[in-house]
Amino acid sequence: MTLWLIIRRSLRQHALSTTVTALALALACGLLMSVWSVKEQSRNIFTHVNGGFDAVLGARSSKLQLVLNAVFHLEASPANIAWSDFEEVRKNPSVELAVPIAMGDNLRGYRIVGTLPEMLTQTEYAPGRRFVVRPPGRIFELALREAVVGSFAAQKLKLKPGDVFHPYHGLTFDEEHAHAEEYVVVGVLEPSNTPADRVIWIPLEGVQKMTGHAAELATDVSAVLVKLRSPIAGRALEMAYNKQGTRLTFAWPIGVTMAELFNKIGWFDRVLALVAALVAVVAAGSVLTGIYNSMNERRRQIALLRALGARRATVFFTVVLEAVTIAAGGVLIGFLFYGVIMTAVAAVIRAQTGVVLEPFAWQPVMLWAPLGMVGLGALAGLVPAFKAYRTDVAEHLAPVN
Amino acid sequence: MPLLEISELRKSFVAPDSSTHTVIDVPALALEENAQVALCGESGSGKTTLLHLIAGIVKPDAGSVRLAGAELSGLSEPQRDRLRAMTIGYIFQTFNLLPAFTCLENVLLGMSFGPGADRVFAENLLRRVGLGGQLNHRPRQLSTGQQQRVAVARALANRPKLVLADEPTGNLDHANAREALTLIREACRENGAALLLVSHDRQVLAEFETVLELAKINRAAPGPNLQSQTSNPK
Repeated sequence: MTLWLIIRRSLRQHALSTTVTALALALACGLLMSVWSVKEQSRNIFTHVNGGFDAVLGARSSKLQLVLNAVFHLEASPANIAWSDFEEVRKNPSVELAVPIAMGDNLRGYRIVGTLPEMLTQTEYAPGRRFVVRPPGRIFELALREAVVGSFAAQKLKLKPGDVFHPYHGLTFDEEHAHAEEYVVVGVLEPSNTPADRVIWIPLEGVQKMTGHAAELATDVSAVLVKLRSPIAGRALEMAYNKQGTRLTFAWPIGVTMAELFNKIGWFDRVLALVAALVAVVAAGSVLTGIYNSMNERRRQIALLRALGARRATVFFTVVLEAVTIAAGGVLIGFLFYGVIMTAVAAVIRAQTGVVLEPFAWQPVMLWAPLGMVGLGALAGLVPAFKAYRTDVAEHLAPVN
Repeated sequence: MPLLEISELRKSFVAPDSSTHTVIDVPALALEENAQVALCGESGSGKTTLLHLIAGIVKPDAGSVRLAGAELSGLSEPQRDRLRAMTIGYIFQTFNLLPAFTCLENVLLGMSFGPGADRVFAENLLRRVGLGGQLNHRPRQLSTGQQQRVAVARALANRPKLVLADEPTGNLDHANAREALTLIREACRENGAALLLVSHDRQVLAEFETVLELAKINRAAPGPNLQSQTSNPK
């Protein structure tokens, strides 16, 4: 009780420096946890999002570009492939399902993807989970100008069944380039927390034969999403397309391709973590100097406590505990920062990719970062604590005029 | 057995010019339980150092301090701290109250390192010294006389056997000094604590039956040496 009282009073006496130091520690802790959590969660989610497919077949390019384009609807398509290529892969005995997609239009920045109804009816975007159209909606008819809108896109574009829209040419929105065709929204998908939530799905031919698109390419597709009967079959198809062929690229498996992306950008995580660690070290230094500088004015108090019977060890631990308390306070505020940062990052990632991070999902970093921060605080408290330990009682009890 | 017994106690300090300066050289001094003794001496005569030696705050170069049956030189520093926390109450000239703490908290601090905090006893002590209505005041909200009364209450908070008072009236005006002195003596008597009070104020010294002149008991002190104690007629 006594120690806690001494610490509380000391913190109150140095409220400004205590608050600034705690905020610096909070920022470091919040950043560290956020960086780690975003890295872990996004790696985990992005390497598991595959829309229910094992591979992507597309024009010769990098596997990553194909996956980002066809699965995450982020990159531009490298080029089109012929309808015959789709037919060929569809008829391959090791392929369970092949669905073509065609892209090249948007509605206010949200991508319009032409495909077959199987994309939404026959795939499990996650084990045991299929796309569901909100009642009273339905899947589009292939022969009609109908659209099914992903939940996020519907929310942002305020689209509902019965609404009519004109597609815009290109993957980025340009008001000048509206197509003449009118599409009717016939369904809105329930949220799947996948990139599909950001897509407006229309019949394949709708994109292929949109006015303004090259007539000679009217049967081409942007890519084919492939589900294999057996994972081993991917090896043979990869050999056939990537090693023996020269026109097409078979991106398989999707998860590994994405993992390679994360490995490539791993340095970015490390830089952010390093920045957070540096902030933590600076904050710890601030704890050290803050308490250390206050020791001169507190030496009389320490001498008095010693005169009242406090041991050297007691004053030593009081100072260490004070540093730990500042760090612990910083950690608590750090969780607040973490919540704010993660909520913002999750919102951005959802808006950009459709993938939903869970800001408050448990991560080991939530244990080791706060503990590390408190440990760092304790370490920073050692120097001023040693100064307190060595305080000459007799000298500092002398009357002050 | 006396409560406090000193023999051949010596303490020297190294001056800035590296010369050794002996401050305390006391061949013998004893204080009985419940006794009230004043110690007088000029500034620099080693009064405060002697109190620090008795309290175990400063370690002697030689000699013996036996307090409440314990030989201080045989104790480790934590043991001396413990003995001080349990046995000694300290009153300072400048009160040394902690400004961020309330009166009650200051008194509670006086017992925290010894017998443990006893809020009721602390409140009673503050009522005894006339500050029952200022329990939660901070020192700066009190007059200097009131601050000294808090210091008295704190010195008695650990139910000490010996109260060491170092010029306790040095910062008070005449009226407050008299009042504080009376309070210290009464409070020590009521709580069964012996009192060793250091002062150079003749009016304060005149209140004591037993006055020791440091110049007479301390061979290192300037002035006439090694006479015995003097007594004020009462």
